[in-house]
This record gives sequence, structure tokens and C-alpha cells, in this order.
Amino acid sequence: MRTLTYAQAIREAFAQLLKTDPRVFVIGQGVRSPWYAGTSLKDLDKDFGRDRIIDSPVSENATTGAAVGAALAGMRPIVFHSRMDFMLLAVDPIVNQAANWSHIFAGQVGVPIVIRAVINRGGEQGAQHSQALQAMFAHIPGVKVIMPATPYDAKGLLIAAVKDGNPVMYIDDRWLYEERGEVPEAMYEVPIGVAAIRRRGADVSIVATSFMVVEALKAASILTHRQIDAEVIDLRSISPWDHETVFNSVRKTGCLIVVDAAWKTCGVAAEISAGVAEGAFAALKAPVARVCLPDVPAPSSASLERAYYIGAEDIAASAEQVFLQKREKEFLVTSLLNEGNAEGKGRSIESSPRKSMTGAAGL
Amino acid sequence: MSQNCARTSRADGIIDKSLLRSLFRSMLRIRVTEESIAMLLGQGEIRCPTHLYTGQEAIAVGICAALDSQDYIFGGHRSHGHYLAKGGDLRALVAELYGKATGCARGRGGSMHLVAPEVGLLGTVPLVAATIPIGVGAALASKLRGERRVSVPFFGDGATEEGHFHESLNLAANFRLPVVFVCENNLYSSHMHINERRAEDNIHKSGEAHGLPGVCLDGNDVVAVYRAGIEAIDRARRDGGPTLLECRTYRWRGHVGPAFDTDVGVKRKNEMGYWIPRDPVARARTRLVEMGLAQSEIDHIEQEIIAEVQEAIQFARESLSPSADDLEKHVFINPQTGR
Repeated sequence: MRTLTYAQAIREAFAQLLKTDPRVFVIGQGVRSPWYAGTSLKDLDKDFGRDRIIDSPVSENATTGAAVGAALAGMRPIVFHSRMDFMLLAVDPIVNQAANWSHIFAGQVGVPIVIRAVINRGGEQGAQHSQALQAMFAHIPGVKVIMPATPYDAKGLLIAAVKDGNPVMYIDDRWLYEERGEVPEAMYEVPIGVAAIRRRGADVSIVATSFMVVEALKAASILTHRQIDAEVIDLRSISPWDHETVFNSVRKTGCLIVVDAAWKTCGVAAEISAGVAEGAFAALKAPVARVCLPDVPAPSSASLERAYYIGAEDIAASAEQVFLQKREKEFLVTSLLNEGNAEGKGRSIESSPRKSMTGAAGL
Repeated sequence: MSQNCARTSRADGIIDKSLLRSLFRSMLRIRVTEESIAMLLGQGEIRCPTHLYTGQEAIAVGICAALDSQDYIFGGHRSHGHYLAKGGDLRALVAELYGKATGCARGRGGSMHLVAPEVGLLGTVPLVAATIPIGVGAALASKLRGERRVSVPFFGDGATEEGHFHESLNLAANFRLPVVFVCENNLYSSHMHINERRAEDNIHKSGEAHGLPGVCLDGNDVVAVYRAGIEAIDRARRDGGPTLLECRTYRWRGHVGPAFDTDVGVKRKNEMGYWIPRDPVARARTRLVEMGLAQSEIDHIEQEIIAEVQEAIQFARESLSPSADDLEKHVFINPQTGR
């Protein structure tokens, strides 16, 4: 099948939506500029005209509010925020307005708006050009939050978001833009609210969001060298999130590592962990681990960035530790069950074969 | 009338008697509704936060009379008048205040969240200034579709202190959108007088600064409002771009509820003395009498309205409350059904 980069896949979804639905238009700061959108919106203004590809003044509040109004009046706007940080100036139209109107007015009016927010981490950009704020918006009833991690999903979830007919926040991480993958030429939808199992495994469940799926798959590869077979779940949709796929994986592996390249406190990883504690607690054989950014604003200097951002090695280390804790508990349970047999009594946890093999104690 | 208006739109010319009768009737209907609600608030029968429109009737009525039925309007926390003037159902309004399932928002909104999409009122919400950019967006939709629908966000003087207002004026002027910004300057934002909040009382001048006409007018003269509305709406419809109308008026009741907020200070008492003789409803009545409308006909109009409002209150009282089973409905529109 044909392959596209993630950025090309987004661009194709925009073009197909604009071509097939006259209600669709794009508004936001920088929609004509590669500085802001990379190649993900390249030349859309040339193909569809500047009436429908509206590069706006630096007025996040009014452009987002206007998109809400246009949606109420029957259009299907896609608002573009080139940095999630900038979108904070539009919290009123998103949280108070778009998310509320359907419920307030008992479904008599709706806000079919897609809010595309870009995470632009790293590159010494510092604290106000890099934030990943998915948890803030996932907290709000009435807005769906999706984070595609593959070119296939980048296209299919954008199309699904526009067709959904509700406020949907579509969050893409620029670190994914050069990822390449198979993308059908036809229009298709990836359902919102359904996770994808990217790698099947028996030992640990790693649930990841957005670019962290790429890193989690690298971590799974590292873990194979340590004889740990990781399952990697791409959450894809933050709100609503796919409880069943996560629970089923945890029921199989008995442990969970959640990876989200955002702050830990009250974050997406906290929500997934709590959901598993409520819905699949009995299956857990080890404490849940969260691999997140430290609760610190993003620094600028590259040396500090290296300390700040997380990647495959962090995920692998965390997964290994969780796996060892699980093994320890399994041995403990086995030995307790064998207590009746005098020979098996007092079998030490230090006898875990995995531990001696990897040498990573951390217990 | 304030001396602060640099440019004043006045309407002393001849106006058709049947049109004025209709404007008067619409204003009186709002007045009777609001004053009946004030009584029910005082008795504790209506409990949701309610911001009454008494004293400002000429603005909603004058502007809505100048709009077509398919034109869009948006409002804020003080929007009973906008809802009624645009043609929203009176019974559904009162039932909404009672929190009943027959309310215009099925009891989910209360006084501050009104809707009547069938007559172009897409919503009123109380976040100050929130519906200004939303109104701009409805105008953008109209322009993108090549329609001639005009969009009118109504808002108070307090809203002009929000960034929403200035961003929206610039956006609308820059893209020449068919929107008429109607600022009802009733001199108070909650408890604070405009002179406590601004270095200058000059809201209409924001128009010029953002590249659109800004007009200051007597918002207690329904004919003046109607004429200014016709001019601005016509320009918007002919792709001539947006207008800002600053309608000078006065809020008779307090910020919220039935009280008069005279505890705000002596100054407000003096102001009441100035503004009550400028009652927009009484002015229209006087003009109609001068034009030869019989007192008996005015009495008849009044009796009709009182009966209609009483019937709406009875309807609201007898309506059922929403079912708790419906609490979680409509968080999202069902893409299949569109509801």
C-alpha cells in the first residue's frame, strides 16, 4: 500500500474534507505558513482559496469563538492552534461555549467544531511553546479529545472528528510529522474512543499516547533483550477512552505502565491508572507505574531538555521494574501456596531468575 | 440622553402608525413579562438567577423589528427581551425560569441560557462577551455560504471591557462580515458605574478604532433604534461590513433579581429620577396617542398582554419538571439523529 508521512496524511484529510464538504473551512493563526503547520496544511489556500483557508489575526479567542458561531450556524469549521499554549487564550469558547451548548440547550443546537492543537516540544522552545495540555481538556464533559500516533490514524481520526458533529480536539505532536506509514487514498474514518493494540505481549501492558506510542514500541524492543514481552496499546482517544481494551490487556499481563508526555499530576496517566484501579484491580499483580514529564515547566537549554523529556529508555526501565515487582508477587503467592510442603517454605524472593538475569533491582 | 455621544442618530421624523403600534406592543409585552417575573422572584416562586430587562425594551424591539426572521441573534445574561422580541415562545420562556421540562432549554438553562433556533436565536449565555465572537462566526457562516443573513450579538457595556469585544470587532471589520454589534450601555456592569470602569465613556469610538462605523444613539427611543438598526442591517446585508451601535439606556432593576439596587448608592437614586421619565414604553405610548391611537385600544393591548403572561405563568406552574433520567442526555449530539 501507499505510504505517507504523518504530516502528509493530515494534509490529505484536510484536502478531502474541504473537497467533499462545502461546510468545512479552516481558521487560525499561521494556516498558510510552514513555520506553524509544517507541511500539514501546505498550499491548501492555493487549492481551496483564502475564503475557506483563513489565516487569522493573533486572536485565538475571537477566531475560536467565531468557529463556534459558524458551527452553530451549520458550518464544520476546523480551528488551528499552532501551539497548544496559544490555545489557552481560547479557553472560554472551548470550555464554556463549545463543550456546553448541546447539553444546555437539550440538543436543539450543536457545535460541530474540530479544534486542532499542535504540541511542539523540544527545540529549546521553552515553557510557552511546548505544552501538552490534553488532560485539561479531557476533563471537560462535552468535548472529545483525540491524539493520533500513526499516519493512518492522523487521517482517519481527523475525518471522523469532522463527521462527528460535536466539539472534538485533535492533538498532533510535531515529533510525529516525519513518521511514515500506510495510508489508503480513499476517505475513511477511524472510530473515536477505540484504542489500538500496536504490539501484542504477555508480560506487561504499556498504554501510551501520541508520540509516546513510538517510544513505547522502541521500549518494547529493548525489553525483548531482557526477556520481557510487552504489550503496547495506543490509546488514540483520550476522552472518551477505551476502558475495555486497557482492562483486557491488564487482565492478561497483570500489570500496567502508562506513558504520557505531559505532567503527571492529574494527568491522562492518572486517569488511566484510576480507571484500572476501579475496573480491573483484581488483575493487578504490581503497582501501576506512570511515565510522565516531571511537574516542572519545560526548560529551554538542550541540556535541561534532555533531563526533562522522556523516551524509550525511561519506559523500558519503568516496565522492567513493574515486571520484577509482578514476578516477585507471583513467587510470593506460589510460595505461600506451597507452605504446606515443608521444602517449599520460606522461598526467598531473591530467587527470582529474572532479577539475577537483568541485575535491575530497584525493589 | 447622554452628552457623551459624539454622533447621535435621532428619529424625529414621521413613522408609520401601525409599525409604531407593533413596536409598542412588543415592548409592553416584555415590560409586563419582566415585571410579572420580578414579582414571582420576590415571592420565591422563580429561583434561578434572573437579570431583568425593564427599561431597555426599546433596544431589543427596535433591532429585532429591523431584522428578518432568518437572521441570527445572540444574547447574554439579560436576554428575556431579545428572546421575546425575536419571536421566542413566551410560555417556553417562563417555563424555563421555573426549571420545567417545557422550557425553551428543557429546564437545563434557566434565565441565563435561552434558545429559540426556530426564530434565529441560537443562544444566550451569561459569560460576559462570550457571544460577541460567536455572533461574528454566524456572520462568517452566512458570508461563506453566500447568504444574506445578518448576525446580531447583543451585549452590555461591561462586555466592551473584555478582549472578546476588541478581537471580534477587528475580525469582523477585517473580513467585512455581516454583523451588527449592539451594545446596550445601561451604565452599569453589575454594581459598578461606567465611570468607575473606564477612563472615558466612549464605547462607540471603538468602532472607528477597529475600522467600522460606531454610532451612539438614544436606546430609549424605539424609533431611533429601529432606524439605526435598519441602516446598519441593510449595510451588512449588502456586503458593506459591520457596524457598532452603542445604545444609551438604563437598567431599572438591579443587576440580578427583583431589587432596585439602590443600596449601590445615592447616585443611582438620582439616576432613576432622570431615567424613569425617559421610559421607552411610555414614550412610544405618548407618541401613539399623539398619532391618534385611541386610549381604549391601548388598554385593550395591555389587557391582551396581561392575559397572555398570566396564561404563560399558569402553563409553567402546571408543567412537569425534567426527569432525572434525562440528566446525562445531550452532552453530545448524536451524529445519526443530529440531536
